[in-house]
Amino acid sequence: MIEEKIKHNIKLVKKGDQSAFEDIVAYYQNKVFAICFRMIGNKQEAEDIAQEAFIRAYLNIQSFDENRKFSTWLYRIATNLTIDRIRKKKPDYYLDAEIKGTDGLNLYAQLPAEQALPEEEVESLEMQSYIQNEIMQLPAKYRSIIALRFLDELSLKEISEILEIPVGTVKTRIHRGREALRKRLRHV
Amino acid sequence: MKCNKEIVELMHQYLDGDITRDAEQRLRSHLQSCEACQKHFQELKRTVALVTANIELKPSKDFTSNVMAGLPKEKKRMTAKRWMKLHPMLTAAAIFFILMFSGIFSAWNQDQQLSYPKGQNLIVENDTVIVPEDVVIEDDLEIKNASVKVEGEVQGDLILINGENLSASAGKIAGEIKEVDQVFNWMWYKLKDLVESVFSLD
Repeated sequence: MIEEKIKHNIKLVKKGDQSAFEDIVAYYQNKVFAICFRMIGNKQEAEDIAQEAFIRAYLNIQSFDENRKFSTWLYRIATNLTIDRIRKKKPDYYLDAEIKGTDGLNLYAQLPAEQALPEEEVESLEMQSYIQNEIMQLPAKYRSIIALRFLDELSLKEISEILEIPVGTVKTRIHRGREALRKRLRHV
Repeated sequence: MKCNKEIVELMHQYLDGDITRDAEQRLRSHLQSCEACQKHFQELKRTVALVTANIELKPSKDFTSNVMAGLPKEKKRMTAKRWMKLHPMLTAAAIFFILMFSGIFSAWNQDQQLSYPKGQNLIVENDTVIVPEDVVIEDDLEIKNASVKVEGEVQGDLILINGENLSASAGKIAGEIKEVDQVFNWMWYKLKDLVESVFSLD
């Protein structure tokens, strides 16, 4: 139902009806924002990028092929913008670095190990920022995969289309990313 | 303690929902016998749950309106188009009225020339049509955009459109004198005329 409405709205936007874009933004904003946030790790920046992604999508709507999935196209714009931003932001030393082990001591590593956290706390902000912090330790190419795979439950094929890399590479990166996060989060 | 990489690979395939039935069977039977792999598998599942679960990642409330404000200004034409789509009845009515009034006004404007029946021995003097003393008009007399002075006789009605009757009492008009000088009166007159001509049975 919603998919149909979005399709219809895209047609209207293509014809020049700007107001039809509002529903599209409202529908996808959480997903796009979450993907950007997972990759860049900063709310304000994530919001800026997500907004820009929607504006780009609007400006380039004519080049969107209606036979394809809109979300795939939109997420590609968002991930590309985020990757650009990460590159510009600073010489990101871990951008292409191999995944580090858990040996490095940090603030979080001093948390008592094996402490079982109640479910509510998993949802807590601190927990979220802790997890985000761990994700930020991964190279950007793993972060984008983790964002897409674990936020929207996207299929491997869709991720390969969004990031324009082969499905095999997507698999490898998901496996490595998951393995790396397992090492980082095993004590949580 | 370390089991071979193949088993770990199978765990990931399982978590991706990308595993054959055969491989899944192999994974299951191995997990039942190997505690280390069981732990590894649990940790992986937990990691996925932590990263996936309850993500309250939401942008600010005015995100959508910010995006909308950031879009380039839409063409005026589109705003009008949308309005029309939302109000089809009003649009139809508006188009009807525009057509109707433009028709009427153009007809009215075309009628600005002085006109009077020819061949009735009428005299025209500076926008005044004079019916001379010795002339008798048996029909109605219709004069447009001119005043009229009747010195002779009009046996029918005298119809003045956009003009005045300057007749002295000497003149004789058997029928009515109708003065029409407003566009709506003129319309009304035309309409009446039309209705009369449609329903007159002679």
